[in-house]
Amino acid sequence: MAQTAIGSIDQPTLVPVIPMRELLPWALFGGLLMLLAIYFVGAEQGATSLLHGRTVHEFVHDGRHLLGFPCH
Amino acid sequence: MTRTLLLRGMLVGIVAGLLVFLCARITGEPEVDRAIAVEAAIDHAQGEPPEPEMVSRRIQKTAGLLTGVIVYGAAMGGIFGLVFAFAYGRIGLTRPRELAVFLAAAGFIAIALVPSLKYPASPPSVGKPETIGLRTAAYFLMMAFSIAAMSLSVQAGRRWSRRFGSWNGSLLAAGMFLVVIGIVAHLLPVIDETPAAFPAELLWRFRLAAWEMQAVLWTTLGLLFGALTERDRQLPQPQNQL
Repeated sequence: MAQTAIGSIDQPTLVPVIPMRELLPWALFGGLLMLLAIYFVGAEQGATSLLHGRTVHEFVHDGRHLLGFPCH
Repeated sequence: MTRTLLLRGMLVGIVAGLLVFLCARITGEPEVDRAIAVEAAIDHAQGEPPEPEMVSRRIQKTAGLLTGVIVYGAAMGGIFGLVFAFAYGRIGLTRPRELAVFLAAAGFIAIALVPSLKYPASPPSVGKPETIGLRTAAYFLMMAFSIAAMSLSVQAGRRWSRRFGSWNGSLLAAGMFLVVIGIVAHLLPVIDETPAAFPAELLWRFRLAAWEMQAVLWTTLGLLFGALTERDRQLPQPQNQL
């Protein structure tokens, strides 16, 4: 690869990646937290409920409909 | 670095959420109000009492909507930042702003567009309360398959580009995505619960508004995150391989 690229316009570039061992803890905890947030906006007190009542559902009602989640 | 990208994604997501809120106030909310009026009229015609308001409409369309879209925007932005941290240097695009736009386009297609083509956004009064379990499961399954098919076809596209050239390789990968998604969408249940009395024009306008909001969200995520990351000197910089 390196030989064919010498002198051509399209030189291969090497981008150092962020190593997996740095990435994984953030992806795991950050990802879970983000998914939980999306669950509360999109699905809580619909098909499943973590909290009693319908207040969360009613409060984010318009956002839930307009963001495309199934509602009621 | 991952922490920076995660936080930047969330902040950009909050900005995107604000823009989505503005868009929703202009295009979406009038349709939600009309749909609720239709629902009340249908209930009234069937002799049912009107639904009690637990949270007033005024709060639903201001604080409630704002909270909903900002939390959603921040969460999508955070995930976007994490996916960017993984993809940078791993899928070939070396310029941060190009990678950000590519990922935002992929995210819009996989998370917003494709699931909505099978299960489009539905206004109040469309959808029976007793099928919420089925509808929720089908919607999230469709989204999960769509995300999986997208990440598979991005990987396949990289491999096939090396073998068949980038044009043909990318076309082949896009074709694979369409075939997989077509099969999944065909197998998932059909949901057809629009009341006969619900105006077609209103349904269409509501769904257009929902797509517009998603377009605003993903465009902002891709362009703003890309612009900020392009300038970031802490990001590992590409080196010419010689």
